[in-house]
Amino acid sequence: MSTNIILCGVGGQGTILASKLIANAAMERGIPVKTAETIGMAQRGGSVFSHVRLGDGIASPLMARGTADLIIAFEPAEAVRQLPYLNPDGCVVVSNRPVVPVSAVTGGPAYDYDGIMTYLRKQVRHLVEVDADEAAADLGSAKCLNVVLLGAAARSGALGLTTEDVSGAVTRLVPARFQELNARAIMYA
Amino acid sequence: MHTEFLMGNEAIALGALAAGVNVVAGYPGTPSTEVLETVAKRKTDDVYVEWSINEKAAMEVAAGAAYAGARAMVTMKQVGLNVASDPLMSLEYIGVKGGMVVMVADDPGPISSQTEQDTRTFAQFSKLPIFDPSSVAEAYQMVQEAFELSERLGTPVFFRATTRVDHGYESIEVVDEQDWQRHRPEGFVKDSSRWVIFPRLSVVNHAKIEARNARLSDELSDYHRNFIVPEVGVQPRIGIATHGINYAYVRENIDEQSHVRILRVATPFPFPERLAKEFLEGLDEVLCVEELDPVIERQLVYVCGKYGLDVRIRGKLTGDVAPSGENTVESVGEAIAAFIAQVKGSTDDQAQIESETEAVPPTLPVRPPVLCAGCPHRASFYAVKCAMKGRKTIYCGDIGCYTLGNAAPLDMVDTCLCMGAGINIAQGVFHVEPDTACFAFVGDSTFFASGITGTVNAFYNQANMTLVVLDNSTTAMTGHQPHPGTGRTMMGEVVEKVSIEAILRAIGLSVVETVDPLDHKLAVETVRRVADEPGVKAIIFKSPCVVLAKPQAKSQVDPTKCVGCQRCVRQLGCPGLVPRDGKVVIDDSLCTGCTLCEQVCPFDAISGGQRIEMDLPKAGGRA
Repeated sequence: MSTNIILCGVGGQGTILASKLIANAAMERGIPVKTAETIGMAQRGGSVFSHVRLGDGIASPLMARGTADLIIAFEPAEAVRQLPYLNPDGCVVVSNRPVVPVSAVTGGPAYDYDGIMTYLRKQVRHLVEVDADEAAADLGSAKCLNVVLLGAAARSGALGLTTEDVSGAVTRLVPARFQELNARAIMYA
Repeated sequence: MHTEFLMGNEAIALGALAAGVNVVAGYPGTPSTEVLETVAKRKTDDVYVEWSINEKAAMEVAAGAAYAGARAMVTMKQVGLNVASDPLMSLEYIGVKGGMVVMVADDPGPISSQTEQDTRTFAQFSKLPIFDPSSVAEAYQMVQEAFELSERLGTPVFFRATTRVDHGYESIEVVDEQDWQRHRPEGFVKDSSRWVIFPRLSVVNHAKIEARNARLSDELSDYHRNFIVPEVGVQPRIGIATHGINYAYVRENIDEQSHVRILRVATPFPFPERLAKEFLEGLDEVLCVEELDPVIERQLVYVCGKYGLDVRIRGKLTGDVAPSGENTVESVGEAIAAFIAQVKGSTDDQAQIESETEAVPPTLPVRPPVLCAGCPHRASFYAVKCAMKGRKTIYCGDIGCYTLGNAAPLDMVDTCLCMGAGINIAQGVFHVEPDTACFAFVGDSTFFASGITGTVNAFYNQANMTLVVLDNSTTAMTGHQPHPGTGRTMMGEVVEKVSIEAILRAIGLSVVETVDPLDHKLAVETVRRVADEPGVKAIIFKSPCVVLAKPQAKSQVDPTKCVGCQRCVRQLGCPGLVPRDGKVVIDDSLCTGCTLCEQVCPFDAISGGQRIEMDLPKAGGRA
């Protein structure tokens, strides 16, 4: 039994910490973990992704297209970019807040928000939309978006880990002063 | 033993520490940087670690330590090996006493490099043994074996991994700190017939190296990490030869029913020839699945020719595997499927690409990497751009975050080649086009790495050019490593800072001005004045990297004053400026309060920021 997860977003959004939380939660349950990250130049506002593979018998840290059980997208356009990796029954948890790149206003392709959201709703059978602005307002911080998304992913069932597993990883890896905020973020629905 | 979730580079560092490494030196470069950082973080007090000013210095530090009997490691990315190749090519002839591992990270893709060079080919060129791991767990073990081989043979050895091993993570078993080997160096023993390179020594040692490598090829055929995957059932007629992370991609695509023999090569040089011959015997065709150069493929063609084996070798040279770029699980799967179908002589059972019935995805925005919001490099480039408007110019860039100054709307990097090259490229252009205002932009860490000799060259040879040092007081692109200008070392010492301005004046430059680029008006005036001076002159734009500095107050747009001209966005391209509803708003999560947009807005609609000031010399000095 194995689970393939992709985390994607824009450099600086916190995808790497989220992938470490998943890995830590899985390891606590004795599940082998392999991951691959984007590190380096692309981090400067570029598209970033992490492949996280849980379970036995996995050779490669990167997965093939069409094999992701879950995509956790910190940004809608990045969800669409990674969609070829999703298996037909896979789940997508997506923050609905767009990050518009400078290129969209200096001559590059425009950011077609409505087109992107419509496409996601049409293509993805199991789509969980997270209202990032509302979550930030309710929780009093935009910094815990990664944990809000992880909580939603755990509740979707596709993560193969429970909210308690994720909470445990947060307790182990995140500084104590953020614990109370993150505890609320995991359960935010 | 205990289990840790480790990045490949962290595993390599812990493996070296477990092997009793005494001295580690390197220069940062993606994807190699975390090896040395992890050594510094996890080492015991008796291990010496340093960020050297460049890879050549690092190689020489490691060599000296290994001469004295220490176990030494030097870390770098593949292009860094070019810088270190001068000492390494001679060190090959001299050898070492303590084990010495040359850890090089290769970057297929390339994801964050100038070149797709293959250190396996460099190993053949330099005649040094090389190890090529396939996973994080294997990298941890293999680096310890590399130290043993190096010490036993008295030669430096390469340990190279590629990005997906360096930056992959795995939960692996590692040795507890109290069980690490303790290696006690004997010390340097004088013997000029051994340690001083002369032609007569080189010719003798060259013969010894060739003989050693022939013996080693045979020995490595029995090394357990070079192996043929045991076959199940039917004797296969076809085989796959592979290496590194590609072995994992092959395993993802092949199961026991595939009836394919697999050769996994962990030491591409010296090539395990006897094992390869055993692999080839009885096969009709072999597909070589490699990234970067067709190293194994060429070796197999050679083995077939040498022993008269009638096996067809396919791979990059035959067009069956992509000649460049990074492989993936699917690209390897497609190559294997096509190979098997071709061998079987049937093309019709090849998986046909399914017709696209799905909806067409919307056009997505592109996200090239950009300078961070508030990055002082943006202000520096913009100041030069404004000052030189209408003039004939060339802007020679260099390697670092500031290479990103090439993007629209700044468009301020006309050339970029390799570390430190911009200075002498600007000089070369000047000798052809004396009427062009030639600029070279170089970062502080790059200046120390390889900008000083270039500046001396340009000054001595009477160039007319402006050197712009973008000093953010760190090595930003690779994750903020210290360098001689920061006053900190990797051993945690606070040391005297090396002054870039003092170096430039010592070379003889009479015009060296230091200015805060975020003071836009002053910065533009300074550029105009300095650029018109004769000879080689320098501007040091000094302002801290915003990733390290804490914002003091952020800028805000007054919507009653903003007319939506978008001048700020179109001039600066700062990711913190977001057009919304015909006006511009500032993304509070990105703004650092640098105030550059406040100074650019013609309607005074932006205010409230507070730029971070650095201690600058009082007068923009002239000596």
